[in-house]
Amino acid sequence: MINVRRNFVNKLMLGIFAAATFLALVPLFALLGYVIKNGITSLNLDFFIKLPAVMGMTGGGMANAIEGTLILIAIASIIGIPIGILVAIYLTEYDRYSWLSTTVRFTTDVLTGIPSIIIGIVVSMAIVSKTKHFSAFAGGVALAVIMIPLVIRSTEEMLKLVPHAIREAGYALGISQRRIILNIVLPTAAKGIITGAMLAVARVSGETAPLLFTALGNQYWTHSLFKDPIASLPVQIYTYATSPYDEWHRQAWAGSLVLIAIILCLNLIARFAFRSRSN
Amino acid sequence: MSTDNNRLYESMGDKTLRYVTLLMAILVVILMVWIGWQMFSSSQESIQHFGWAFITSRVWDPVHHVFGALPFIYGTIVTSVVALIIAAPIGISVAIFLNEMAPSTIRKVVAFLVELLAAIPSVVYGLWGIFVLAPVLRQSVEPWLTKWFGFIPWFKGAPVGFDMFGGGIILAIMILPTITSISREVMAAVPIAHREAALALGATKWEMIRISVLSYSKSGILGSIMLGLGRALGETMAVTMVIGNMPKISSSLFSSAYSMAAVIANEFTEATYSLYLSSCIEIGLILFGITLLLNIFARLLVWSVARGPKGGHLV
Repeated sequence: MINVRRNFVNKLMLGIFAAATFLALVPLFALLGYVIKNGITSLNLDFFIKLPAVMGMTGGGMANAIEGTLILIAIASIIGIPIGILVAIYLTEYDRYSWLSTTVRFTTDVLTGIPSIIIGIVVSMAIVSKTKHFSAFAGGVALAVIMIPLVIRSTEEMLKLVPHAIREAGYALGISQRRIILNIVLPTAAKGIITGAMLAVARVSGETAPLLFTALGNQYWTHSLFKDPIASLPVQIYTYATSPYDEWHRQAWAGSLVLIAIILCLNLIARFAFRSRSN
Repeated sequence: MSTDNNRLYESMGDKTLRYVTLLMAILVVILMVWIGWQMFSSSQESIQHFGWAFITSRVWDPVHHVFGALPFIYGTIVTSVVALIIAAPIGISVAIFLNEMAPSTIRKVVAFLVELLAAIPSVVYGLWGIFVLAPVLRQSVEPWLTKWFGFIPWFKGAPVGFDMFGGGIILAIMILPTITSISREVMAAVPIAHREAALALGATKWEMIRISVLSYSKSGILGSIMLGLGRALGETMAVTMVIGNMPKISSSLFSSAYSMAAVIANEFTEATYSLYLSSCIEIGLILFGITLLLNIFARLLVWSVARGPKGGHLV
């Protein structure tokens, strides 16, 4: 009674899906392979402790870009993570179903789809053209705008997983709503919230486009967060990759390796160290 | 007395936290509106100077103060469509494989690898595109396509490697994780009972996937494709690095071109006079408008299947 044709189509389609999955992973390994192969040979101690060499000269490093990326991430996190968590608290604890929370939730989703270069333009018009300076602050704000919707989304999902019974237990004991949220709900969801925040940080640390018009880039150390342009790994990689110098190309591969290593570490730590039960 | 004070203090604290979070929530909506307004008002000079001709003009000449966006719109759309044609079937296949076929260990590993694909910065894709992908395309893939399919205008012309085809392939790799993860989300929302019903009627696995999973989630899958398209349209760095950056309109995919995001990235900080800057921003406004509409529509589709306006299936 076996229907040969149906069985064949079944096997064929399942085979296609498996093959497509394999095909999808080929570029990942091709890319990681090249970054590791070309990056490791160009990576040395100088890369981490020296400023970029003068154009066309050999040697030098990306110490200022590594520092710049860390500063930009710090500024973006200080602005973006608290705002994101507060909005998520509003959406889960105070107002789950009104038209306002639906609007906010929808806006958040749409905001994640706005091209990052648009964020770069807007922040540049708002901060750089007003202050007349490219700055770490402007770059950090641009990255924060990208982080906020990511943090809202992940935090909201985590807060929703906190059982209602826990909140009700708090109310039954006469604890105020603020204390229930801050001392009971947030700590319960803390692991998940931290995971989401770290993934958001990982996501923005590779962003280049929004930094082009805000942080700009810099071949030297930055002395003021508000008045000087600041270097960052992604922008430095872009500048070097599109330059005509072999030495700079080598540095771009090394920079990519370091950047991917940072992002991978953030991803792995977020996923495994802070993995919550509910995940 | 002290309990009264305490209660007063607690209720003030309650209100403060409530209003602070409310303020931040409203701020998100204001932020969105403000982004749109900022783009619109900053491109006024160019809008008033060129009118609708800005969209249909092929000339981009900063020296003579003449600006038209057509070559950039064309390059953006062609690369994005190429990306979709490659990434949509593969991305959905991966989602089906992960949700319906793979045993849980393989699913975890592959899902992680696909997410890794999304985590790699676009500038690294661009670097890889310049030094690995473009040479391969120029030396082997494109000559082969020209040889066998050269009768189609898309595959005509001398291969350069830095062209719309290369841009499309890089974009396809970058949007695949978006399509896969959102498709998985909507497929996961299909009730198990639907699958069991199909299997109980004697469906093979593929028939079950087609009848129960795909038909139930098709509007959400369409949404995932549109979100992928949105990502492709706005993607900047990788495209800038491989598309060749020449404002040309050619029927051949093996021709250098330019994209909207790329021209902004290259010329925004070099725009020396206000009409030039305003024209760059108007290109951004067009890009913003397209991606905004696409996202709103796509999110409505995805919400209708998986999330829902009331906070979705998790509640």
